[in-house]
Amino acid sequence: MSRSFFAKHPSVLIFIAVLAIFTIMVTLASDAYGFGWLSTSYIKTLGKTLSLCLVALAMDLIWGYAGILTLGHMAFFALGGYLIGMWLMYARTEEIVVQALAHGGLPATPEEISQGIASQIFGVVGTSDLPAIWSFAYSLPLQLALALAVPGLLALVFGWLAFRSRVTGVYLSILTQAMTLALALYLYQNDSGLRGNNGLSGLQNLPGLTETSQDLVSIWFFWASALALGLGYLTLAWAVSGKFGSVIRAIRDDEARVRFLGYPVELYKLFLFTLTALIAALAGVLYYPQAGIINPAELAPIASIYLAVWVAIGGRGRLYGAVIGAAFVSLLSSVFTSGRLPNIPLGPVWLSWVDWWLVLLGAAFVAVTLFAPKGISGVFDRYQRIAPPDRKGAPLGPADGSLQKQEAQA
Amino acid sequence: MDGRAAGQAAKVDLTALNPNAGVRGVIAAALVPFTLSNPDPARRAEALTSIARDPTAETLAPLRASINREPDPAIKAQKTRLERFLTLRFDPDPAARVAAIDALGADTALDVRAALNPLIATTLVAAASPPDGNIARTLRLGRDIGETAAYELLVSAQLAPARLTLEDQRVALIANIADGKVVGVPVADLNSQAARDLVYTALEEAGKVPTAATDDEARAALASHGFYEVFLEPDVTVTAAAHAAMDRIQANVAVMQAADLGLDALSLAAIYFLAAIGLAITFGVMGVINMAHGEFITIGAYTGFVVQLFVPDYTLSILIALPLAFAVTFAAGVAMERLVIRHLYKRPLETLLATFGISIALQQILKNVFGTQARPLTAPGWLDGALTFNDVVSISYIRIAIFVLALLFLCSFLYLMKRTRLGLEVRAVTQNPAMAASMGINPDRINMLTFGLGSGIAGVAGVAIGLYAKVTSEMGADYIVQSFMTVVVGGVGNVWGALAGASMIGGLQKLIEFLNPANTLAAQTYMILFIILFIQVRPRGIIALRGRAAGD
Repeated sequence: MSRSFFAKHPSVLIFIAVLAIFTIMVTLASDAYGFGWLSTSYIKTLGKTLSLCLVALAMDLIWGYAGILTLGHMAFFALGGYLIGMWLMYARTEEIVVQALAHGGLPATPEEISQGIASQIFGVVGTSDLPAIWSFAYSLPLQLALALAVPGLLALVFGWLAFRSRVTGVYLSILTQAMTLALALYLYQNDSGLRGNNGLSGLQNLPGLTETSQDLVSIWFFWASALALGLGYLTLAWAVSGKFGSVIRAIRDDEARVRFLGYPVELYKLFLFTLTALIAALAGVLYYPQAGIINPAELAPIASIYLAVWVAIGGRGRLYGAVIGAAFVSLLSSVFTSGRLPNIPLGPVWLSWVDWWLVLLGAAFVAVTLFAPKGISGVFDRYQRIAPPDRKGAPLGPADGSLQKQEAQA
Repeated sequence: MDGRAAGQAAKVDLTALNPNAGVRGVIAAALVPFTLSNPDPARRAEALTSIARDPTAETLAPLRASINREPDPAIKAQKTRLERFLTLRFDPDPAARVAAIDALGADTALDVRAALNPLIATTLVAAASPPDGNIARTLRLGRDIGETAAYELLVSAQLAPARLTLEDQRVALIANIADGKVVGVPVADLNSQAARDLVYTALEEAGKVPTAATDDEARAALASHGFYEVFLEPDVTVTAAAHAAMDRIQANVAVMQAADLGLDALSLAAIYFLAAIGLAITFGVMGVINMAHGEFITIGAYTGFVVQLFVPDYTLSILIALPLAFAVTFAAGVAMERLVIRHLYKRPLETLLATFGISIALQQILKNVFGTQARPLTAPGWLDGALTFNDVVSISYIRIAIFVLALLFLCSFLYLMKRTRLGLEVRAVTQNPAMAASMGINPDRINMLTFGLGSGIAGVAGVAIGLYAKVTSEMGADYIVQSFMTVVVGGVGNVWGALAGASMIGGLQKLIEFLNPANTLAAQTYMILFIILFIQVRPRGIIALRGRAAGD
């Protein structure tokens, strides 16, 4: 079975091999285990990029395969980050507080410790009580479970509400934007219990590992991100290669027909929506300890639109396209916004890359949508000489999300 | 000092007396009757104002005396009103004070409330038995007054020792450590609050630390005392009358506040409507998702800003800016339709992403050109200030102007769609492009004009919004999600839907803000949650098109 799966889908094997080689090369170039060619902060950037690739995979599954353009999946990503950040911050603060109290002359009471933690964390928003949502923050396993359960439940409830009343196409996009906007606005409040617009910070310091240098921690997280991406890719590639994949592609291209054939379309959509939300949350759990800080701006609707931009630029409807798009755009963006590129003199004015990068990205995005609907991975089709099906320019189906003629693989 | 001549003296022998504050007060009071009956009305009004600013008991009698002789009806009314304020405060006869309070009725003016407030002011008193005086109410522990606050009251009345703070306790325990033990208990065992309390009590008994209330003692002290709100005003009838008057006024104020809230909601709805009406055309009528709509609003506002750089007269500059903003964004919209959107009519989701690309590019270009700081768009002077109905209900002229502008837009849009050739062709093309084309209408041209129209309206809305908000490159982005929701909630495809959506969102947002005034962010959160749930009930919005016009 597994042999035939890889034989039928050689791209999976190639992807895993490329990812493995990349991981080994980065490890060899790292400060911690290799020759130190790459700085620790750059390894963090690479690790973060891998987590973003994972979330892009989820986006491709729901948009590229099922045709549901959700513009709210970064909310699940950030929620996962918030929930793991709560444990990181709590446990780290607990260490600091216990250490400080140990110098006080008396052994600390539990009340003093929890009081100290609360006032350390929430002093910045002017309270010193631990809100109820922090009740489980003391325990890593509980908080990890929450980091998946909370986004999953939110996606389940929201998806059930949306799909049940047959909200589709652009209406669903707007509704999901509204959802992430509502969450962001809620978190901006100081009394939301998550430190308002200060967000959670200091997440790069792992509790219990204060002596370990960031060189080591960064490469560990890089490995974890690479492992999660590899496993995620394998699972999703396996899932979309079977009957399940056929059904969701059919939903994308002609939803009504699938419904008439007797498939529970809403159930499929709900399952996909929740599954992708879980993957996004997992990616967030890996991303934010590397980023070190999280605040409500991460849930802004624009973040989720960028996610769609990555997938579209990489090429939707194929898993490696999403990974290529996310890696390409986010790495390019970090290069252009780093301010290290020389400015280009244009007569009397200077073209500053930091200022004009977004303009370039926007224009590139319009160009991709208009002229290259297959995205970057269309290059591979050209190499393999896969011709688009001859449908006289018509899309594959009547639904809003159905693939265009040029995007469909033979 | 009886009016007789005191004799004569040389100027050098005389010394001018400098009256001290008390004497000056007496002189001023003596002057009051004369000023109050001064033949010049302006002087009399002036005297009234000065009394109102600094009321004293001495002025009451002369004021009363002057009322009947007052010829001017306006000043007479003012005097009567002031006489009531002074009476309810200074008159020795409680019946007169009650009468004065009752005569005020349910006047919602601020000065009435200011005059009544001292009468119903209270202080908190803790005592073992009910104190003498005019008790407003007895407070129940835990419900009307928190335990911490109650105990602080006991401490400040010196009815109980100060509670021991945990920090003080810790310091005291540390001070008494001897050989790693405190009164025989090893320091390592003091890792719980109960153990520390025990040891501290032992220290208290040994007299080594000052006595302080532990939790049990504090609870006992709280239980053996009552807590009362006592009126500063000793007379029961007066406070009762003042309370009744205040209740009447509050009821009246609530009605006024509802009216004020209605006005606020109306103006917010007008702003949402202005921001959304362009979208109602491009998204509602044409089905094109234009994420760059917000940037068109911004472009309109910046057009206004640039015009004001060249035309210093604010009235004239706004009059120029409105059509110019329309022209600029109309051109931008037409260009965008020709270059991008035309190719994507069959792919609405791709339109969303392509226009998003345009949106981030435009936003960044605007930021590069105009900088990140907020630019002012100044309203003409005659729009400053507010239309004030009374102390509660008022609305600023700018908001009225925006409201009028929104109405104007609505009317001209309706006229355009229902009464002109262009409107007819637009409706024909949106309902059935193929049929319209075979009737000789050029759908390409109509689509271009419709999109330009929607964009142009966004530009004009930008000028209006820029008048009351600061102009930044991100101002449009703040409205984009809200505007889409307005259109979706109201019902896609007609302008009444946008109106209904804007009214509902504006009204509801103000209502939620009123219920939870501290937090506008929470109001927006609940608003969006409500919209998500509302879509469940009416997926096609408040005003849903039926039949063929609905498109499917």
